[in-house]
Amino acid sequence: MHPALSVIFFTTATGAGYGLLTLLGLAAASGLVVPDRWLGFVALGLALTLITGGLLSSTLHLGHPERAWRALSQWRSSWLSREAVAAVVTYVPAGIFGIGWLVTGRVDGVIAIAAFAAAVGALVTVYTTGMIYASLKPVAQWHSRFTVPGYLIFAIMTGAVLLHALLLLFGNDARGAGTFAALAIAAGWLWKTATWRHNDQLTLSSSANSATGLKDGAVRSIEWPHTEENFVLKEMGYRIARKHAAKLRRLVHLLAFAVPLAAIAVALVAPHWLAVLAACLAVVAQAPGMVAERWLFFAEAKHAVTLYYGR
Amino acid sequence: MTSLPARTEKQLGLVIDLDTCVGCQACVTSCKSWNTSGHMAPLTDVRPYEDGADGVWFNRVHTYEQAANGASRTVHFPRSCLHCAEPACVTVCPTGASYKRESDGIVLVDEDKCIGCKLCSWACPYGAREYDTEVGVMKKCTLCVDRIYNQNLDEVDRVPACVAACPTGARHFGDLGDPQSPVSQLVAERDGVDLMPEMDYRPTNKYLPPRERSACNVSDAPALEPVAGGLLGWVDRMLSR
Ligand code: SF4
Ligand code: SF4
Ligand code: SF4
Repeated sequence: MHPALSVIFFTTATGAGYGLLTLLGLAAASGLVVPDRWLGFVALGLALTLITGGLLSSTLHLGHPERAWRALSQWRSSWLSREAVAAVVTYVPAGIFGIGWLVTGRVDGVIAIAAFAAAVGALVTVYTTGMIYASLKPVAQWHSRFTVPGYLIFAIMTGAVLLHALLLLFGNDARGAGTFAALAIAAGWLWKTATWRHNDQLTLSSSANSATGLKDGAVRSIEWPHTEENFVLKEMGYRIARKHAAKLRRLVHLLAFAVPLAAIAVALVAPHWLAVLAACLAVVAQAPGMVAERWLFFAEAKHAVTLYYGR
Repeated sequence: MTSLPARTEKQLGLVIDLDTCVGCQACVTSCKSWNTSGHMAPLTDVRPYEDGADGVWFNRVHTYEQAANGASRTVHFPRSCLHCAEPACVTVCPTGASYKRESDGIVLVDEDKCIGCKLCSWACPYGAREYDTEVGVMKKCTLCVDRIYNQNLDEVDRVPACVAACPTGARHFGDLGDPQSPVSQLVAERDGVDLMPEMDYRPTNKYLPPRERSACNVSDAPALEPVAGGLLGWVDRMLSR
């Protein structure tokens, strides 16, 4: 599948934003976070900026952005529509949570309930994003039990790394958040490794034979219907060379998982100034690492239509 | 609604005969010609006379070599929307632009509702949907909905443009939901198949596999007896040198 930058940015940015919102909401609702107004302002502001930026970028890349509101209508059948509804609905409790925290400086009562609802809304939205991909049968690498948990784990993981850095920047005790972030990175690392192993051993249920209905023997494409790439090939025929994929996977191992994990381990034991630096390093390394991870998620996914083109 | 009708009154579709298709592309050009001013018009072309030519087509003819049982054959393979009974291209659509008609099973796009998210093209295993970059909406085969019911055309012309154009009669149009219809009988007689049945989209269009060729007896011509003498003998000796 063609790795379009708008979708890569959308899924990674909203993932981190919703992850951060989930953790903030749960932490605030359960009284784990000190209701420091500035922390609230910056942390929630960052979460909502990531979410809104991602949603806007994906909307602006539509053929008809001015009709985007129509995407709220088909939630009965479409995961993309459900995602749109969940994203819009989540703004309501997130807004009450954020404004309440800023104005009153406290997170209790209605504000705590809104915080919890925002966390649930954020998780549901990420779940629907994962389901958009997981429900697509023509893409075997996505139509797998690894896809949805992957989206959820990576959202929580990137959100946790952000939250850990923010807590330290605001001079809070971040050992709990650091330990949680380290565990989340370990989970993400394991999950991605298992996903890649699963994909590498995948045997596709479709073949050139089933695609053409020519049951016997070897079916080889000898002529395309067109001499240049058409929409179908540009959108779904992307191929990545094995050696490039291997190189990028190593980069993902390093930047998305190994460096942030090591940095957070340092932050857990180091003096405050060093801990702040290490926590920021974790964020700065993980962001390009996750972009590379998402790029590969698309580039390594093979659409069934490519069988018609002998790919 | 992008939810699918539980059942459709008819299942209009095409039956494509891979035995007789000669890959002449007549269906491709007639489809383009009709539809660029039809229901989904225009079928935009981008840079048609330059490098990187691209454009929207509803029907594309591939060519394959099938090597089986020690022989090989060339198979021309037209590919267009199969008007599936369980089309995920419809259910994934967030706007309701994509729909399947309850009356005849035709799958269409309402261009006024489409936001151009392209998700439906990802959901189609058959590559039947092509995005129009100029208009910003998704387009696809309409089963020539503006011909088959068109009272302004003579009755014989109320068939899809691709069917009317095919010089070898490799394309057939009819109701595949009615077991008594000529197309259904043709499918039964020729063991017509679904493409990628494992995807469970239950395509309406059927493909008729090429018939078994009778093995033709090609034997070596018998060797000529050498000619001994005379002029012919001399010619024979000269030529055999
Ligand atoms: S062939 Fe593709 S576009 Fe046509 S109905 Fe089936 S899934 Fe949809
Ligand atoms: S591109 Fe248009 S028809 Fe296709 S899923 Fe999106 S809104 Fe629906
Ligand atoms: S039925 Fe009409 S729109 Fe569909 S491939 Fe044939 S000519 Fe094109």
